[in-house]
Amino acid sequence: MTVEAQNKLQAEESLLSDQVNGLPDGDGPLFSAPDCEAARAVFRRKSKSLTDKVTSVPEAVRQFVHDGDYLASGGFGGDRIATALLHEIVRQKRQNLGFAGHTATHDFQILCAGNDTGRGQLLKQVDIAYVVGLEARGLSPHARRIVESGQLQLCEWTNYTLALRFQAAAMGIPFLPVRTMGGTDTLRYSAAKSIACPFTDQPMVVVPALWPDVAVIHVHEADRFGNCRIRGTSVSDWHLARCAKRLIISCERLIETDQIRQDPTATAIPYYCVDAVCEVPMGSYPGNMPYEYYSDEQHLQEWLTVEKDPAQHLAFLENHLFAVDDFNGYLEVSGGANRQQQLRQLENFPEDEAPPPA
Amino acid sequence: MTNPTYTPAEMMICAAASYLEDHALVVVGTGAPCAAAMLAQKTTAPHLMLMFEAGGVGPLLPRMPISVGDSRTFYRGLLATSMADIMETCQRGLVDYTFLGGAQIDPFGNLNSTQIGHDYQQPKVRLPGSGGANDLGSLCWRILVITPHDRRRFVPQLDFITTPGYLDGPGAREAAGLPADGGPYKVITDLGVLGFHSETKRMQVESLHPGVDLSEIEARTGFELTFQQPLQETPLPTAEQLKILREQVDPHRYIIGRSA
Repeated sequence: MTVEAQNKLQAEESLLSDQVNGLPDGDGPLFSAPDCEAARAVFRRKSKSLTDKVTSVPEAVRQFVHDGDYLASGGFGGDRIATALLHEIVRQKRQNLGFAGHTATHDFQILCAGNDTGRGQLLKQVDIAYVVGLEARGLSPHARRIVESGQLQLCEWTNYTLALRFQAAAMGIPFLPVRTMGGTDTLRYSAAKSIACPFTDQPMVVVPALWPDVAVIHVHEADRFGNCRIRGTSVSDWHLARCAKRLIISCERLIETDQIRQDPTATAIPYYCVDAVCEVPMGSYPGNMPYEYYSDEQHLQEWLTVEKDPAQHLAFLENHLFAVDDFNGYLEVSGGANRQQQLRQLENFPEDEAPPPA
Repeated sequence: MTNPTYTPAEMMICAAASYLEDHALVVVGTGAPCAAAMLAQKTTAPHLMLMFEAGGVGPLLPRMPISVGDSRTFYRGLLATSMADIMETCQRGLVDYTFLGGAQIDPFGNLNSTQIGHDYQQPKVRLPGSGGANDLGSLCWRILVITPHDRRRFVPQLDFITTPGYLDGPGAREAAGLPADGGPYKVITDLGVLGFHSETKRMQVESLHPGVDLSEIEARTGFELTFQQPLQETPLPTAEQLKILREQVDPHRYIIGRSA
């Protein structure tokens, strides 16, 4: 190739790179660097032995959730969520947490109970795909007050791109490309970047890997070592379980390892990802738990309603979260065994659903 | 029954159902979109396949789901998978339709579901954000929007572009790295059905609902509208559609009882 041809090629490449650089990168804050070597070093130190990890909810939170941690919550906001662990994180007054708001609905509402309620500041940084809303149920007044006040550092994402950040981390690589977000303010307020595809030169958005310090995931069944089964949709938990540096599992019931060995295809999360296992029947309440119980819509409506008035909200939190001994205490003040039976019926016989109270 | 009475929500659901053809694959949310898809399944599109963003595919919906991740979204379904699997199915180009909504929509069909006000750190109202909307609006072939029609929603410029429509015009989606040939298809409101001009990609009125006149839709839109010629009248909901909607799809009137 002549010098002239080389120069021309370089000029073209430079123009192309300018055009690509003309595509906007996000200006949002990156709360955790996509450092795969640092993550590998953490996973290298993690215990790989088949040890009994069964512990209580308070002990698991004491041991594995620290002030300043970046936290992620499994399930889908109000479906298969680790309610007992989330309550305990609020009860133990963890401070200055980062949080992955990946369809965060009731889980985010619970964590917001640690901000502006006289207990310091639980949430500090939030990656947002979906927050402050509870889908068709409406917006959470308290969560809105927290997010609108300016007290949190925020960064925008989408449900898929935040899930993809977990996926990149689970793969042990620093980023993944995606064909969404382009051209929008969602991209502008994110920490994503634009590149030219090295094969096709097409503009492409890339999202950085996200390794949460700690994740809480509720599952149907687990053995004492942490081998877990999930029934129904896995949402993003397959990747989340594999990228979290620490993982606390709550389960509807403990099962024998022999049962796991009879059907290893059913194992969604292997023991070596897991740090603690807590047996919490009704552990997703008031959320839905597929094949177990439906969501308690009356309770969720009550929660949304009391939030309109900060004083009523505080009294509600005191009564339901802070003055009770544990998660069973919360279940008791929320309708107890009678209500649980109704929700189990509603889950298993959905066509019998009664009309809403007038 | 020549002149059945119906609510604005029923009108929108019946109009939306007519755009879903048999054997198509559609990602739906809760509320009116789910009602429209269920109605289509029970009338004109018995083989319409429903997907939900959290991972549910092909449920035999016993009742309207409350969450797009709740167990009804895969009740007696064909597949219960991950959210990434659903989004990647859209990204591969398999998914024909999705439904989106928002607090604001502009002439190019861009949607805002993130905030009202321009200060990102302290908005007037913080809304949930994209959720899966930006992904679905980027990746599905045809985007349907069901929304009440008023000047606060139909604005010339969004406070925040959460989800791409045609961005700022023809070719903009492709230039931004989004898949080619996707974008908003129909906007179904309580006043009419709007589509997008094939060249300008701007919203235009295709049909007005019975009893709605041109001046009303202009008065309730915050930007200049054009009208497709000839302008059609949206078909009335049929007695059969209304019966199925009220007795089978939404017997507790969660959705159809709303004013708009």
